[in-house]
Amino acid sequence: MSRRALTIDDSKTMRDMIAFTLKNAGFDITEAENGQLGLDQINDAPFDVIITDINMPVMDGITFTREARKRPGARTVPILILTTESGADIKNQGREAGATGWIVKPFNPEKLLQVVEKVCG
Amino acid sequence: MSDPMEEFKGVFFEECAELLINLEEGLMQLRDGDSDPETLNSVFRAVHSIKGGAGAFGFNHLVSFAHIQETLLDDIRAGALTMEVDDFTVLLQACDILGELVGAAQRGEDLTADYGSDIAAAMKKIIGDADAPQSSDDDEKPAVIPDEQITRHYKIDFKPHLHLFQRANEPLLLIRELGSLGLLSVSLDSSDMPQIEGMNPEHAYFSWVFHLVTDQNEEDISEVFEFVEGDCDLAITDLGPYLSPDDFVADEAAGLFAPEKLPEKTISASPGKTMVSQSIRVELDKVDRLVNMVGELVITQAMLREQGGQLLSAQYPNLAQGIESLSRHIRDLQNDVMAIRAQPVKSVFCRMPRLVRELTTSLGKKARLVMSGEETEVDKTVTERIGDPLMHMIRNSVDHGLEGPEGRLKAGKDAEGTIRLSAFHRGGRIIIEIEDDGAGINREVVLKKAIEKGLVTPDAALSDEEIDNLIFLPGFSTAENVSNVSGRGVGMDVVRKNIQGLGGRITIVSRTGQGSKFTMSLPLTLAVMDGMVVKIGHEKYVLPLINIIQTLRPAPADVSSLPDGRRVIMFRGNYISLVPLYEVFDIKDARHDPCESLVVVVEGEGGQLMGFIVDDLVNQQQVVIKSLESNYELVAGVSGATILGNGRVSLIVDIAAIQEMALEPQGIFTEPTTPPTHISQEIH
Repeated sequence: MSRRALTIDDSKTMRDMIAFTLKNAGFDITEAENGQLGLDQINDAPFDVIITDINMPVMDGITFTREARKRPGARTVPILILTTESGADIKNQGREAGATGWIVKPFNPEKLLQVVEKVCG
Repeated sequence: MSDPMEEFKGVFFEECAELLINLEEGLMQLRDGDSDPETLNSVFRAVHSIKGGAGAFGFNHLVSFAHIQETLLDDIRAGALTMEVDDFTVLLQACDILGELVGAAQRGEDLTADYGSDIAAAMKKIIGDADAPQSSDDDEKPAVIPDEQITRHYKIDFKPHLHLFQRANEPLLLIRELGSLGLLSVSLDSSDMPQIEGMNPEHAYFSWVFHLVTDQNEEDISEVFEFVEGDCDLAITDLGPYLSPDDFVADEAAGLFAPEKLPEKTISASPGKTMVSQSIRVELDKVDRLVNMVGELVITQAMLREQGGQLLSAQYPNLAQGIESLSRHIRDLQNDVMAIRAQPVKSVFCRMPRLVRELTTSLGKKARLVMSGEETEVDKTVTERIGDPLMHMIRNSVDHGLEGPEGRLKAGKDAEGTIRLSAFHRGGRIIIEIEDDGAGINREVVLKKAIEKGLVTPDAALSDEEIDNLIFLPGFSTAENVSNVSGRGVGMDVVRKNIQGLGGRITIVSRTGQGSKFTMSLPLTLAVMDGMVVKIGHEKYVLPLINIIQTLRPAPADVSSLPDGRRVIMFRGNYISLVPLYEVFDIKDARHDPCESLVVVVEGEGGQLMGFIVDDLVNQQQVVIKSLESNYELVAGVSGATILGNGRVSLIVDIAAIQEMALEPQGIFTEPTTPPTHISQEIH
């Protein structure tokens, strides 16, 4: 069975790039435009990895991470947050919320895959 | 498959266009006192997203500029800065520059490195960072040059804290990654593992000691543990060089996206993919094919109805009923399909605030633009083609319409002029109005100019409205001395031509000292039209229903002949010219006497009424417009063709062109208008 990834970003460019890269690595992709819609995607069939942007309308990535960790379907799923280089405290906020790791924007596909493989094997 | 990078770029630029609109709108709302934190957030997000995408594609100039703007917005968001109205002007200018940078990136151009540096500096000044260098270099970090790339031996003590699993980190993966760095030996310490009854399966009890022989440096090793920093005790000890003859080549620093390194796989739409979105992007081409197909369906449907006719409804009432509901459904379908091509006029309107800002700055005037009805939807072709005429009219309003601040104060008005741009639906058409509160049209100057240019005879008595509409005549320019703003070789006649080309009309109403209002009326779609099928001899023509005022059969006493052979009839108290369409289209077997045939009174440009002589009316129906130009060639007096219910091609009459052909070169206002004052009552 192929692995499943959830990518949450309000930018279609970002979603497309992440989806393209992960598809080539054999992932099935589910996309969501904000944290709330991302939460809606979490159910009993866990994802292998979740990648979320921070700045999004409706629900940001930090809140999403915190909420996702409360759900059985995402408690043990690696969650990666997308952050900009300057976001040292974003990383900490992410960690506090339960994020597994982070990907620094801008990233190239290799870097993305490297980080994804790092957290979900 | 095409280059995925190009596709992403395409999406990125589309997205940028939307984001830039949001950005500008948001900024203006904030400037005008909007205190909703979500407005500020969305403004921030817009810049943030543009920067993020730009970074992925290596648009460095764009990234560094957006970075400054983002920093400023972030400071405002954090409450670290209070913004003055002037500061928003800087942000709006920055928004323009951002747009230019996006545009340049899209066209693959390079702007000069200092492009926008003045605004960047102004933003930095607001941030309080005025000393920072103005170039884009400040974002770059010095490249890290590894000192010694020789193999070394490290000892790593790794003791996870109990809660390590809470963030879904997995030691096994870390050990594997560590192993990828070089030669690894692992020893496990499981002494902390409690008895099974005391064990919490979600706690991490093991710890490890690793020995790693690698050419990587300490930093690379600690990077493996980047995500568990703080969730473990980690000690990395350098045990010194490991003796090996091999030299290593430093790893290439991670560069920009290198698509050729990706496996060349074709993406197929994965069934597992769910797209959570309220809209989808469809190529225009696909929509147009759909529109075309529905058009064909409308024709077939009309044919079915015609062939069936009376006979059918008498003999097979159920079948006739079926055809009737089919027609209804097709009409609904057609409306829905047309709605796909519809776009809010916002996409055009949003270019105007910037224009007004630029104009007022360069002309030393003060003006504010008030827009309404931006959400009004109209066919994409219309939005694409009204941009230039609209810009020209706005330019005109600011340049010629509005007075300077002093002039305005003298006239007892606010120093700041107002230009209203509004769009709304009326009677199945979209109306766009541009209204200014300036001085209005100087009729004396206009009339003088028109007489000078020979557009009007010196003795013509014209109503105010007729004088105002003179500005639409070809070769007319009101500017005493052409300024570099309005005088760009495009007159209002070109504007009118563009609007007419879209099947639209434009009129002006002006009040001295109070301002002018341009009103454009445009069709919602260019693909179908309500038409009146008329017979001229054995031929059938289609007249646009929108132009038809009335159809009548004049009494012989109503028709008078002029010395030059033209005929006029009395209509609602005025004389209007009769246009023999049979002559225009050279049809031999048509009736010539209007008293035996019919006169269709149509309204041409500028409210001008004409009487078209036709043999008979056939029926009123919706016709699908087919371009004659793309299938054959442009024909004078004809705007397009359609296929009628009987399968035959019929030509659609171009009213404006006929007006010109039939009434020129005498000119619109040099017509037999006895008594002339009556005409003005009919023009509206």
